[in-house]
Amino acid sequence: MTMKINEEFKEIIWQGLWKNNPGLVQLLGLCPLLAVTSTVTNALGLGIATLLVLVCSNATVSAVRQWVPKEVRIPIFVLIIAAFVSCVQLLMNAFTHGLYQSLGIFLPLIVTNCAIIGRAEAYASKNPIKQASFDGLMMGIGFSLVLVTLGTIREVLGQGTLFDGAHLLLGDWALALRVEVFQFDSQFLLAILPPGAFIVMGFLIAAKNVIDDKLAQQQPKPEKQNIERVRVNFDAQ
Amino acid sequence: MSMSVAISKNSKILALFAISCTAIVGLVNELTKDKIYQQQQKQLLSTLNNIIEADRYNNELTLDCVKVNDIALGSDKEQTVYLARLNSTPVAAAITAVAPKGYNGNIELIVAINVDGSINGVRILDHQETPGLGDKIELAKSNWITSFSGKSLMSNNDSRWAVAKDGGMFDQFTGATITPRAVVSAVKETALYFKENQKSLFTHENDCQLIKQTLVSDDKEKASDDHEN
Repeated sequence: MTMKINEEFKEIIWQGLWKNNPGLVQLLGLCPLLAVTSTVTNALGLGIATLLVLVCSNATVSAVRQWVPKEVRIPIFVLIIAAFVSCVQLLMNAFTHGLYQSLGIFLPLIVTNCAIIGRAEAYASKNPIKQASFDGLMMGIGFSLVLVTLGTIREVLGQGTLFDGAHLLLGDWALALRVEVFQFDSQFLLAILPPGAFIVMGFLIAAKNVIDDKLAQQQPKPEKQNIERVRVNFDAQ
Repeated sequence: MSMSVAISKNSKILALFAISCTAIVGLVNELTKDKIYQQQQKQLLSTLNNIIEADRYNNELTLDCVKVNDIALGSDKEQTVYLARLNSTPVAAAITAVAPKGYNGNIELIVAINVDGSINGVRILDHQETPGLGDKIELAKSNWITSFSGKSLMSNNDSRWAVAKDGGMFDQFTGATITPRAVVSAVKETALYFKENQKSLFTHENDCQLIKQTLVSDDKEKASDDHEN
């Protein structure tokens, strides 16, 4: 029994961090992903906020799943997610004012992140609370990792720095984290603007595919795998 | 028959969820309201000290203000003028204003003007400009906003008060002209407003005295951890 549960949780970790990563595979939540990742600090800030909302919304959606009729599930999920985002926004405004201000408009925009409603619909509404929250956590971490990777590449290319403005997120001690990788006369604008994010994102996805191919080749007898895709099907059957 | 039953059942459930979600958000709002107000007030104080140097005045700046309502300040909403005095002599005023022509809605700013009419400092309080482009009006992103310091209006139609693209003396940003244009015009309007109303502002009845009680306790907490930025 415990073995089986362990396997289940391992599968959730694997799905969230790699195989079904919301950023690289499901390609959900591209708007904040591409817009905020101009620096590591912003990427990390939004990653944490999204993670928080994802865990809470997955847990709640899972907890109420018996009472939600399938015809009205989407508006109910949206309500739950919007409520959590508003709460996170208010709490951040009250207790981490600097972070709240540096994230600006992208904090309320978490509501429109399809990764969250995607997980609510595809996983949380069909699974027990424990698994659903864990799935939220792993998907959130997977999403944050992509955000931070993208942020790192773009910040180095665009500004030649790392952790610029980290004190807004982590407090004044983080001023020491700032690294000047190399010096520019002017910023490399393409890397900072959304088109640069698209290009870097493309390279990241390509890199993931190369690694997947390598892994598949290493296995002598590749089993026929069912490619599982998450579909957010808004039509009631 | 069964369909109408389903409809009424579903709408009841939906209503129930809507009510409980709203209730939760309302509750959190109620719980965080005071803390958020405190945070904003704290922010305001350190902003004020950034644009009017603390050693130039000796009155309690946040408690010496006039609430004004003038379309020249960019909106029909009430704006605040904080009055800095040294031994009761007017030194400078910090005026909140709105730049209504931002790329993405209103830009709220605060402008400190010396009694001789020169700009002492400008800061952006709130905006929704495009990240990476228009947000360079924030001091955290770029020091563009400091280019106002020391500038003054020569006349009511001073053509230097525009972005470089329009023949003025302020730079615009690569890829964003509308945002700096809006800010420059709002600062100009505010300076004009101050020029016309300076006398009446410094003799006006104090509007911030009433909330002194609540602010004083905040100030004590603040005194130790302030003066950053």
